[in-house]
Amino acid sequence: MTELTDLTLADARDALRQKKISSAELTMAYLAAIEKARPLNAFLLETPDHAQAMARACDERIARGEAGLLEGIPLGIKDLFCTEGVRTTAASHILENFVPPYESTITANLWRDGAVMLGKLNLDEFAMGSSNETSYFGPVISPWRRAGSTAPLTPGGSSGGSAAAVAARLCLGATATDTGGSIRQPAAFTGTVGIKPTYGRCSRWGVVAFASSLDQAGPITRTVRDAAIMLRSMAGYDPKDSTSVNLPVPDYEEVLGQSVKGMRIGIPKEYRLDAMPEEIGRLWDQGIEWMRAAGAEPVEISLPHTRHALPAYYIVAPAEASSNLARYDGVRFGLRVPGKDIAGMYEETRAEGFGKEVRRRILIGTYVLSAGYYDAYYVRAQKIRTLIKQDFDQAFDQKIDAILTPATPSAAFGLGEKGAKDPIEMYLNDIFTVTVNMAGLPGIAVPAGVSSEGLPLGLQLIGRPFDEQTLFALAAVIESSAPPVSLPSAWWA
Amino acid sequence: MSVDAVTVRKIAHLARIKVNDADVPHLQQELNAILTFVEQLSAVDIEGVEPLTSVMPMPMAKREDVVTDGGIPDAIVANAPVSEDRFFVVPKVVE
Repeated sequence: MTELTDLTLADARDALRQKKISSAELTMAYLAAIEKARPLNAFLLETPDHAQAMARACDERIARGEAGLLEGIPLGIKDLFCTEGVRTTAASHILENFVPPYESTITANLWRDGAVMLGKLNLDEFAMGSSNETSYFGPVISPWRRAGSTAPLTPGGSSGGSAAAVAARLCLGATATDTGGSIRQPAAFTGTVGIKPTYGRCSRWGVVAFASSLDQAGPITRTVRDAAIMLRSMAGYDPKDSTSVNLPVPDYEEVLGQSVKGMRIGIPKEYRLDAMPEEIGRLWDQGIEWMRAAGAEPVEISLPHTRHALPAYYIVAPAEASSNLARYDGVRFGLRVPGKDIAGMYEETRAEGFGKEVRRRILIGTYVLSAGYYDAYYVRAQKIRTLIKQDFDQAFDQKIDAILTPATPSAAFGLGEKGAKDPIEMYLNDIFTVTVNMAGLPGIAVPAGVSSEGLPLGLQLIGRPFDEQTLFALAAVIESSAPPVSLPSAWWA
Repeated sequence: MSVDAVTVRKIAHLARIKVNDADVPHLQQELNAILTFVEQLSAVDIEGVEPLTSVMPMPMAKREDVVTDGGIPDAIVANAPVSEDRFFVVPKVVE
């Protein structure tokens, strides 16, 4: 017999509408799974009472024939989304006791459509990290393990709790955010699907800010269809976010299974790195073959400024972070540590409240924005960003429908294996994903195979602005061509 | 470009983050590692290139200049570490 938690989001939605299952029983099954999975440290806060009350209300609405798009679907929420009356920490000591008096637009959209909140998910502190190891509350342990090993692995980051919870069947889907790869890298590491939509597609209102010109929210789910369903609910114009775009949100599910015949798929030659493991190159070649087999036409393209994207990102993102995080001063909310005067109080509070990586990024950001260095670093980086965007514009001008690349330069690594001595080692995780944020484009990571050690590997598709539909159609081709992802066995339970 | 210990302290002060003497050497090393990494950008030809200020060019949304929210002082101070009579309390700043 299939466990309730093995259903996909789409299956659960259909079963709920047909009244074959109730949201109350589905929610109970997930709450039980979450309780057993505490060793994974995926949840920072479980909200069982809240979840059960929401599920009961969902069942009543279903009975009355008033089911919304996500009616009765239990979800996990990355702890970067403010939830009214429910603690929201950004995995930081400085917000350890913060209880927002308001709800983020995205979570409000999900509740409007009938979703059920199971709890708040772990992440890298302020979403700054690629392994979840910068969380004040400790790292998330991936449900995946290398074949024949029990060494704890990272689920990736910053949306590590989201990816781990979805892969471990602790929720049907999870919200996530992506500033340099924080949806797509953890999705690739855990055999899940993650889409970062076009900048402006999802409201940033009520999402704790990291780098405002790069941050964008999206879902992590087990299938492409589930991501399509969830993004439709999350997306939409919001007057409260001045960068939100007023465009209709399509029904992304409609494009699934549609022919991709004749689509031109860009294969950027600059993404074939010398240092890339052979199995990543093979996976990419396999993806190109699947595209060809589906009738699409792979076309070699050039994105000449690719290699500058990561260093430019490590100027732009810390600069914006240093500005955004100036608000944590121990006055209006968050931690306060006394000092000899008010400046001393600020300095003590921020030294104790922020973790090592966050402090480091604030310092870099402060430096590149400081008098005398602003032009040399920040303005130069923003000019390079223009060049990166132009690379993509030119590719799309050549009638390219989407671009296919690897999602990450390797499979998941072990906790403590990277970045201890040199922060750059960790930053290199985002080498294939960060260009997409710099240009504001949509990108999706889809499971495509396994590594020699039995770990999931993903491919990335990059689309034209606001053309998430093409990404979903092509991602569905990869999903149906790739060997099925067998979810990790529940060794933790 | 690289930073020395004095600069590290200066940046930390600008960022209002207290740095202990013991932390300066490794912070200096880490910041310089990042600065070395981004140094490659100085070789890129950016002549005549405009800096990107918005990834999705669009007119700034405007609204009527009217009050749309308010009357919630208790919610506003609810998360303050120290508050009194709906005011935020800070250490004394004037003599």
